[in-house]
Amino acid sequence: MLSETILEMKDISKSFPGVKALDSVDFKLRKGEIHALMGENGAGKSTLIKVITGVYEKDAGIITLQGEPIHFKAPEDAQKKGIGTVYQEIMLCPNLTVAENMFIGRSHSSFVNWKQMNEKAVQLLESLSIPASPVQELSSCSIAVQQMIAIARAVDMDCKILILDEPTSSLDEDEVQKLFVLMRELKERGVGIIFITHFLEQVYEISDRITVLRNGKLVGEYETSALSQFNLISKMLGNELEDITKIKKHEPVVSDTTVPVFESKDLSSSAGVRPFNFNIQKGEVNGFAGLLGSGRSESVRAIFAADKVTGGEVRIKGKQVKIKTPLHAIKHGIGYLPEDRKDDGIIDDLSVRDNIILTLQVMKGFFKPFSMKQAEAFADEYIEKLNIKTPNSNTPIKSLSGGNQQKVILARWLLTHPEYLILDEPTRGIDVGTKVEIQKLVLKLASEGMSLTFISSEIEEMLRTCSRLIVMKDREIIAELKGTELTENDVMNVIAQGGKTTCAHR
Amino acid sequence: MKKILGILLVLVILGSGVLFAAGQQESGLIKVGIVNLPPEESGYRQANVEDMNTVFSTANGYDAKQTNTMDNSEQIAAAKGYIRDGVDYLLISAANASGWDDTLKSAKDAGIKVILFDRAIDTAESNYQAALLSDMAYEGAKAVEWVLGLGLDPINLILIRGQMGSAAEIGRSGAVLDAAKAGKLNIVADGTGGDSWSLEEARKVVEAAIAAGKDFNVIYAENDGMAQGAVQALEAAGITHGKDGKVKVIGFDFNRFALRNVQSGYWDADMQCNPRQAAEISKWIKSGNIPSGIIYQEELLLTTDTITDALIDQWGINADPGKGVITR
Amino acid sequence: MRTSIKNFSYLFLPLSVLALLIIINLIKGADYFSITMVNGALYGNIPNIFFGAAELVILSIGMTLVTAASRGQDISIGESATITSAIFVLFVLQAGEVTLFTILVGFLFSCIAGLALGAFNGVLVSVFKVQPMVASLILFTGGRSIAFMIDGKLSPILANDISNKIGTVIPGVPIQTPIILTVLFIVFFAVLLKTTNLKLYVETVGINPNAARLNGINPKKIIFLTFLIMGFCTAVAGFIAVNKAGRHDSVNLLKLIMMDAILAVAIGGNSLGGGKFSITGSIIGAYTIEMLNRTLLRLEIEPAMIKVFKAIFIIILMVIASPVVRLKIRKVVDKVRSGKTAVNQSKGSTPLSTANIARKKEE
Ligand SMILES: Nc1ncnc2c1ncn2[C@@H]1O[C@H](COP(=O)(O)OP(=O)(O)OP(=O)(O)O)[C@@H](O)[C@H]1O
Ligand SMILES: [Mg+2]
Repeated sequence: MLSETILEMKDISKSFPGVKALDSVDFKLRKGEIHALMGENGAGKSTLIKVITGVYEKDAGIITLQGEPIHFKAPEDAQKKGIGTVYQEIMLCPNLTVAENMFIGRSHSSFVNWKQMNEKAVQLLESLSIPASPVQELSSCSIAVQQMIAIARAVDMDCKILILDEPTSSLDEDEVQKLFVLMRELKERGVGIIFITHFLEQVYEISDRITVLRNGKLVGEYETSALSQFNLISKMLGNELEDITKIKKHEPVVSDTTVPVFESKDLSSSAGVRPFNFNIQKGEVNGFAGLLGSGRSESVRAIFAADKVTGGEVRIKGKQVKIKTPLHAIKHGIGYLPEDRKDDGIIDDLSVRDNIILTLQVMKGFFKPFSMKQAEAFADEYIEKLNIKTPNSNTPIKSLSGGNQQKVILARWLLTHPEYLILDEPTRGIDVGTKVEIQKLVLKLASEGMSLTFISSEIEEMLRTCSRLIVMKDREIIAELKGTELTENDVMNVIAQGGKTTCAHR
Repeated sequence: MKKILGILLVLVILGSGVLFAAGQQESGLIKVGIVNLPPEESGYRQANVEDMNTVFSTANGYDAKQTNTMDNSEQIAAAKGYIRDGVDYLLISAANASGWDDTLKSAKDAGIKVILFDRAIDTAESNYQAALLSDMAYEGAKAVEWVLGLGLDPINLILIRGQMGSAAEIGRSGAVLDAAKAGKLNIVADGTGGDSWSLEEARKVVEAAIAAGKDFNVIYAENDGMAQGAVQALEAAGITHGKDGKVKVIGFDFNRFALRNVQSGYWDADMQCNPRQAAEISKWIKSGNIPSGIIYQEELLLTTDTITDALIDQWGINADPGKGVITR
Repeated sequence: MRTSIKNFSYLFLPLSVLALLIIINLIKGADYFSITMVNGALYGNIPNIFFGAAELVILSIGMTLVTAASRGQDISIGESATITSAIFVLFVLQAGEVTLFTILVGFLFSCIAGLALGAFNGVLVSVFKVQPMVASLILFTGGRSIAFMIDGKLSPILANDISNKIGTVIPGVPIQTPIILTVLFIVFFAVLLKTTNLKLYVETVGINPNAARLNGINPKKIIFLTFLIMGFCTAVAGFIAVNKAGRHDSVNLLKLIMMDAILAVAIGGNSLGGGKFSITGSIIGAYTIEMLNRTLLRLEIEPAMIKVFKAIFIIILMVIASPVVRLKIRKVVDKVRSGKTAVNQSKGSTPLSTANIARKKEE
């Protein structure tokens, strides 16, 4: 198969203070192929694409686009040359409308009037079945919708190259399929697509070729069909992955008389979840399942009082308490890793150290700062434990790779040793190796007596860790599933039927 | 809710008070509309507004309304309001010298006599009856005359100007610059206290001159605050000043603290800028004999020799620190 | 080692500007740093700068915190200081005999007033979500009239011995009192920052209020707190200013000082959009502005042009400080540091040649 090369990168190097992010990397993209770029967190994937589009200036190397050497000074130049990009961190303006975000600043978007722009937006939104109105403010859309809008913005029917950096991290199966349909269509037209993801199934479903990076170095380029999943993982990690299926679920001993660690009755919040009842036992791991927008995140946010609580009552270990603000929740031993890392999680200009100790520091009190030594010790401990890739704990968190930022936020909550920890999409953007580590960690914490709620768009992941699944639809709990033998299909069926069943499965 | 009700209640009470006041119509009083700048503008204005209040009072036979604002268009609107109200006299100290033609003409058409005070307006002289002003050039000339008469040879002067381009700065600086051009004195340092006629800035001007090793024997500060700042710089540097000192100091404006400093020999002289035009204007109105065109006020220069308690009391403005008290 | 270099680069701008000003002054006169004793106190250019910048330094510290947390600026600080000092003067004068005690109590009252004014702005900004500049516009517009009323429509005189000592020198102490007060204030803040989490909280709120809330920090409280601190700063600055002046001039006291305070924050390398901050930078920035003002006078620029020169200087400064230029400078520095990479870089834009790559492979 001799297809035409559209983009070629040779000997690309890029260093940041303390890190060699790319070290003499070669990369080749052909016409009409979908090329997966794989590697652990911090391997240099995002850096590579940012070097292409001119966000970063490369230190060395040559990039040619259809034989022409290129050197973009700014991302807009890349867009003008027919390279559409969706970056890992959504780079849209939250206070502009959906339509404005889709068109403003794009090369040939000289719309004369708003009406015309909105009409075009409606078409595009419909073709991708994005549930948003063009005149709605972007910030009012969920992250998944925002991500779809970012894709819509990048996709130009006559672009030559489309770059997607973890576009599917917050999408669920249906939306992923919609995206794949679009990608295949573009591929037919001869567009070259670079696709970054940590979901191996997706790689095998859609990609033609795989390039693997490890620690900023090129490991190799492979035909997808010729590389087994097992081999791919070992190439990414540099060693073999422990068999996921060996992980043993931990079942808490629950009797009718056990008092739940946390219990809510008719809890509701300003984000619009129906009043719901919920409880969790000591050492239990449970999860919220449901499609995007079904109210999973809103429910846990209500528990943590992240949104304004509008009604209901809450008991901690049987005692009724008031949780009106996140601080109350934290003080009652509840931790919450938010779904939206960028807006709700990281303090981007602060160091990794400050980001890790933040919540523990808040718990300790305004007048009792940790000594620098103590803070550094905490940070270093978790940098080591979670294998966070950073030059040192003083590095600003914003210069870490997406997955490593996620680990920092996780470290922040683990450091507070909560009794009940809510993890909303903790593995988003996290590589396969670390995903397994996190799942193991969740089970280990549970066996030590911590209660956890684990939410993930990957139902598989929840099935592996949770002993109870709460299924939601239309902002309402429709079922509760228990049992060790649950399968993804069981869950999907319940969601599809939308029946009101509270019985245990099987 | 209670709070809101409370606030509403207060507003209603205030509002009705205003209505009541507006509704009051006493006959036999001379109706006067005064358009002025607000007291916050300067120490001068504080005295000026106060003076207008005391002279144009009901006790003196006036039904006077005042609008004090820094905004020229608000001033014009107020003036138009007074014209509609049918006042007998309209007294104006304009924020801006231009833009008044229409208003003045409509006053004239309504038979209202317009008297400008303190600040002139760029318009034909026929558009108003009279203007009672301070002659800044005269003030400068008189102060320079005093400097030249000190018998110093040579005269090395530090000039500390006010807000650049203001009428007072142009007039008061002009006399010094002319004298320097004529070779009668040397300006060794030329600085400004900036838009706020700042004491601190004046102090820095003198400190810079001292740091540069300038030899000087006169400080000519275009207001009292700046003279004060200049003297603070001298004090800190251990340079003598005042009656028996090396450096002679003159300020402007006749603040009482400045006059007391002159009286104590801490400074040497102060030049008046008289904010009290009300009495003179009232005299014109009462006698029915109003002059036309620009009239300049008589203004004084007081030195350590000529100053008296009575003069301080009569002509000074602002708080009096008391006899013998020096404001450093 | 690494941190010290990092901190240095943070302060690179203010320090280099300061160095430039010192060089200009040294060229104008080699005795720039000379200090003599006058009437038992140190006298010279340097003491003059420290004396002159006292209020500005104190207000810049407050402005830094407000900027960092609220992502905006308080433009009413000069007016607040005028009100607090009016209250101080009112108390001292009505107390009759002026003793150290009355001065201290007066100062205490002015601090309470300062806190109240800070609280006023703080509530508008934190609870009612008014933009800081707009919120403080209220006091900025009306503040001097309020002070004028407190003054009893006069400019009261504070000619007493203790005030004089606070405004100049205490016999036997070789350093002017305002300088000592400034140092005490800075030490107070250093201790405050060391013994509390003020910095962490303020920066977190300024960078990401949403995340701050979810981690148990109440952004409203922190923003309110910074305005309270600002209020305290205005009380101290007003206290020093009015004792320096010896009388209360509600019209001109610390007029337009917010301009210089905001500038000091910016020169100090702080973003006016909030977030991370450096108080050290702002303090150096404040002294830099004071020195700049004096340097312009020293250069004997004519009064009509002095504002223009200051503006030009500040524009140049801000351009140099802008992220775009900083990034460019860093790139140039990087290139110079690694000459080899620079060669490859420049060849990156020439057509791909195999010889070129081969050569690089050899290296
Ligand atoms: N702006 C930056 N400043 C400093 N270091 C950076 C910057 N951007 C990336 N890095 C570093 O470069 C390395 C590669 O980062 P990159 O974002 O390319 O990883 P990635 O492969 O995309 O990882 P992930 O899967 O987590 O998104 C990381 O070690 C990261 O810390
Ligand atoms: Mg990445």
